[in-house]
Amino acid sequence: MKTLSWFATLGLAMALPAHADRLPLPADAPPSYQAECGTCHLPYPPALLTATDWKRVMGALDRHYGDNATLDEPTRREIAAFLLRHAATHNSMAANSNPPRLTSSEWFRREHRRVPESSWKDPDVKSSANCGGCHTKAEAGSFRESEIVLPTSRRRL
Amino acid sequence: MNVPLLPMLLLAGAATAWSATPRELAQSYTAEASRLIPGFQGSAQRGAEFYARRFAVSSHLPACSACHTDSPARIGRHAVTGKTIQPLSPSAVATRFSDPAKVEKWFRRNCTEVLGRECSAAEKADFIAFATEGT
Repeated sequence: MKTLSWFATLGLAMALPAHADRLPLPADAPPSYQAECGTCHLPYPPALLTATDWKRVMGALDRHYGDNATLDEPTRREIAAFLLRHAATHNSMAANSNPPRLTSSEWFRREHRRVPESSWKDPDVKSSANCGGCHTKAEAGSFRESEIVLPTSRRRL
Repeated sequence: MNVPLLPMLLLAGAATAWSATPRELAQSYTAEASRLIPGFQGSAQRGAEFYARRFAVSSHLPACSACHTDSPARIGRHAVTGKTIQPLSPSAVATRFSDPAKVEKWFRRNCTEVLGRECSAAEKADFIAFATEGT
């Protein structure tokens, strides 16, 4: 019994992107995901929000964080299906905001707790939605700690 | 032969991922515009004025330059998300204005956002003339 719960804990730990060094887009990402979503922002890894969150995002594209990001229905369905296939299942990944922002999840806040407020507000970062503002290899799905360059330290160089 | 070229380009694009040149696209918008404005010719100067105009319909996206900088030949940045946007000029990015469906989609989206309405064929022709100037 003890062994079993140990395995369960290990399994849970592995299911969570504890440090999430690598978050590449799943291989079955439709080209429309990059073309429609990835033009204005990083095509976020679907595992950073839960299915409930993605449904809310994809159900209100006419009010997409201040923009109208309406898609034709086949494309919307294709992207929604992809996001739901890979959505997070753990509660710590659920957004705590309305509209749902992946930056409001318990996991995201914990991972970024040491980032100073000034870094978020830096003109080079602009927005916490801009992963590439600090994660220099974000476009390639790599979020390793060694690749992080905070804007404040960049300026000091 | 007064067949509107753009719908044909779009149809061809949908069926075969047909590609066009910026000149062909500008010509199709010019043809469309000249049906409303007889003798219409695209103007890079008017396109430049249009690009620089502050519409201020949207507080975070008041003008083209909010994301695309003062020059379409430069690398831009999304005013809200901070994401890098490749230059609009074909001299910088060869694939610009080569996919009619994509061009129409972004005109529709960005004009609605920044101008609060769709752009006219004349405005599109002028803008392409401006963005491709010197290429």
